[in-house]
Amino acid sequence: MMNKNTNLEVTQNLAESNPSASTHIVVVGNGMVGHHFVEQLIQHEGANYCQVSVFGEESHIAYDRVHLSEYFTGKDAQDLALTDADFYQRNRVDYYANQKIIEIDRSHKKVITESGESYSYDKLVLATGSYPFVPPIDGHKRANTFVYRTLEDLDAIRDCAKNAKVGTVVGGGLLGLEAANAIKNLGLETHVVEFAPRLMPVQLDEQGGNLLKSMIQELGVKVHVATGTQNIVEGEQCFHRMNFSEDGKEYLETDLIVFSAGIRPQDALAKSSGLVLGERGGIQVDSHCLTSDKDIYAIGECALYEGRIYGLVAPGYNMAKAALDHVLKQGKLEFKGADMSTKLKLLGCDVGSIGDAHGQAPGSKTIVFQDGMQGCYRKMVVNQDATKLLGAVLVGDNASYDTLLQYYLNDIDLPSQAESLILPVSDGASPALGVDALPSTASICSCLNVTKADISQAVAKGALSLADVKAVTKASTGCGGCAALVKNVVDNELLALGVEVSTDICEHFAYTRQDLYNLIKVESIKSFDELLEKHGKGQGCIVCKPLVGNILASVWNDYVLKKEHVTLQDTNDRYLANMQKDGTYSVVPRIPGGEITPEKLIVIGEVARDYKLYTKITGGQRIDLFGAHLNQLPDIWDTLIKAGFETGQAYGKSVRTVKSCVGSTWCRFGVNDSMTMAIDIENRYKGLRAPHKLKFAVSGCTRECAEAQSKDIGIIATEGGWNLYVCGNGGMKPRHADLFATDLTDKELVQYIDRILMFYVKTADRLQRTSVWMDGLEGGLDYLKSVVIDDSLGLAQELEDQMALIVDTFQCEWKTTLEDPQAVKAFRHFVNHDGVDEQVVFVEERDQIRPATQSEKNHLIAKAS
Amino acid sequence: MSFNWKTVCKQEDLIEGVGVAALFEGEQVAIFYLPKLDPQVFAIANWDPIAKANVLSRGIVGSIEGKLVVSSPLYKQHFELSSGQCLEEDIVIPCWQVSLENGEVKLAS
Repeated sequence: MMNKNTNLEVTQNLAESNPSASTHIVVVGNGMVGHHFVEQLIQHEGANYCQVSVFGEESHIAYDRVHLSEYFTGKDAQDLALTDADFYQRNRVDYYANQKIIEIDRSHKKVITESGESYSYDKLVLATGSYPFVPPIDGHKRANTFVYRTLEDLDAIRDCAKNAKVGTVVGGGLLGLEAANAIKNLGLETHVVEFAPRLMPVQLDEQGGNLLKSMIQELGVKVHVATGTQNIVEGEQCFHRMNFSEDGKEYLETDLIVFSAGIRPQDALAKSSGLVLGERGGIQVDSHCLTSDKDIYAIGECALYEGRIYGLVAPGYNMAKAALDHVLKQGKLEFKGADMSTKLKLLGCDVGSIGDAHGQAPGSKTIVFQDGMQGCYRKMVVNQDATKLLGAVLVGDNASYDTLLQYYLNDIDLPSQAESLILPVSDGASPALGVDALPSTASICSCLNVTKADISQAVAKGALSLADVKAVTKASTGCGGCAALVKNVVDNELLALGVEVSTDICEHFAYTRQDLYNLIKVESIKSFDELLEKHGKGQGCIVCKPLVGNILASVWNDYVLKKEHVTLQDTNDRYLANMQKDGTYSVVPRIPGGEITPEKLIVIGEVARDYKLYTKITGGQRIDLFGAHLNQLPDIWDTLIKAGFETGQAYGKSVRTVKSCVGSTWCRFGVNDSMTMAIDIENRYKGLRAPHKLKFAVSGCTRECAEAQSKDIGIIATEGGWNLYVCGNGGMKPRHADLFATDLTDKELVQYIDRILMFYVKTADRLQRTSVWMDGLEGGLDYLKSVVIDDSLGLAQELEDQMALIVDTFQCEWKTTLEDPQAVKAFRHFVNHDGVDEQVVFVEERDQIRPATQSEKNHLIAKAS
Repeated sequence: MSFNWKTVCKQEDLIEGVGVAALFEGEQVAIFYLPKLDPQVFAIANWDPIAKANVLSRGIVGSIEGKLVVSSPLYKQHFELSSGQCLEEDIVIPCWQVSLENGEVKLAS
């Protein structure tokens, strides 16, 4: 954070020296919507002209309030943060935390903070949000009463819960049930008290509300509907007593109370500044989110548009965009109200509400399906002739939500038997609206306001995968509820564009990698020629040959330089070494876990010295020797193997290294022997070839010195065993690994890794890293867990058997090569001459060799002649 | 037109399905042996003008839309075995007439 006073001066100087070029925008409020405004502004080309200052009342920088409850289930403030101070600083946004604005001096266009400092603005954006409504019941200010809005609120609730047995939420709406879930997760007996006759009265009808109530009761939450609290007094068994009847006969005793009875717009600042408010509060705005002052905007939950407050994040984001559009004089976007349909999981129950859920439109009719056995309720509200969907209510099962929402949002004609959309289908296929039928204006991701047309455009411009489309359009990066729909639209677009969603790997095989894997396995195919003859055409290419070579290695684990396989091997596999830019090779012996004896270190040193190789320690805790000529490789390996080394397979799409710390053996913090585990794991999986290279690490404690969470397979020792992390990587697109299972025994750990790796080998695409592979599995991490831990596909035994075969048939490829004189012959540089490639020229740098640059070569040649 | 054939190496020096490098009149030649095809041998320069290294003999052999090619092991451009034409860039590398006779590989200069 910056020095406020100095910064202010800079701002003013700028404004004075060049008033036309610099617009000073002040944003009051650093919640989700306020931050979204700033983020959009930064991304906008016009932003260069703007000086931006942001004032937040909380000490935390903008965080994800939608997922606030996750604060109780493992996430911390940093996880929930939407940005960081660095981001603001890099983008020259002045951010002031803990700074409440208490006054707007509209005539001088200044805002004044609680501590009395004033800041001038050209355009002011109010994103002050809302505050929780606390009903003015007698006793509502007693200790141990809370609201559910900020991280500080949650901290306070958590502290209080430590000494509490019973918790009660006042309010059975969306947020109230969310709070009830949190209280329940804190281990308290949980009650919900709702004044209306049913839960979620705004979104649900009576039957839906009743079903939700019974489902929630089954989970152990006690629900009291149609119940008003008269007063709150000192309890007898608990801290409070909430009296429900005047005579005090009906009451509930509870230790803590959370009020969640709706929100009210935070409009006090606007009110004191004389801006026009609605009758029941809220800062009145037009479709540009402009208030009654032409230089002041209001966005998010503090704004009132056409008599309505929009308490969801998606409309707030759209307001932010509309306001920004107007500030930058773009004239492209306006806010015209928003759809308030919602889908969510409350206490494990699916709840969905679309449009006119109560059937209030004149002439509307309803179609209802209810299944008391399965616990599900679905209602469609349709127009008089049942051609259009006006609204819907879903409880217990949201499977049909996406389809219904698209009918509703896009005004699509309903099928002749509209009820089919909510009736169970006997053949198990759920009735889905083909994405084809959606108009291009259809909103696919309402959080980020991405339409079908946006996705089409992204695909047309070359985003040919789900991941690419998400990166370009940001679709599905908000609440994530539209993920499946986005995928369907992308696939459909690809098909429509004829962008050969051809999953064929190349012109020689009309199959996916997965298909080829299965063909090879099921038909016991042992060579490329056999596969080509049966299932392909042409001569093969640099895509299918290495791919098939790789699958053959994964399935049969043959020696890769066998006569029939040698033609398949890519650059590095072909000579079991890594080709460098000048055609020479680097050599990497395996050093399991990075542990090496002095004797072996000496041998590596001697080899490097004798063959004049450049040496470098790698990131995977081993040693790379560069600058070997092709014909030197067999001799170098002869020496290394005699000293006890094995090939490090640094050249293969295979298991590379298992990085490790010394663990409990040496380290005073270690809780388990990570060193032995790393060596065992590396020795177990060292022969495995996979769709992409694989890196592992083992850390001896949570200090995580081995950086296991950036690896495909990461293992961290705990007091209770091992935690397993999966599908992380460094490289071009770093990704943190996901926690897969905790406190595993040695045996469980190996069993899970066997299954995960083999499932990856079996199902991943060519050159697909584990992270991308897992993200592409429908259901992602949870699906992978179900396959590996619960054996949901019944594959576990097959996967383990396949891994056992790989482990049992391991061979050091260099040892096998040296035993075969014919194979060694292939390492000559010339078949008719003993010399080496004279165009390979080294020069010295820092006492080692390196390839000469072109001008150095020219110079050397000139000198020689 | 008659060629001046000269022996460069033995047929047994060749490896089925891939290339080997040979020195021929001071030049590095990549010789590919594809016994199932007709002709069975091809000879192009070993020098990859894009990567600027003598590596083409070490590339993967395959076909692209019917053209027989080798791909550079460094940056993967394809060179047609019969003509030396690069498929990705407007470059043609030298190639040689080549024949197999009595166990000997001959090039025409």
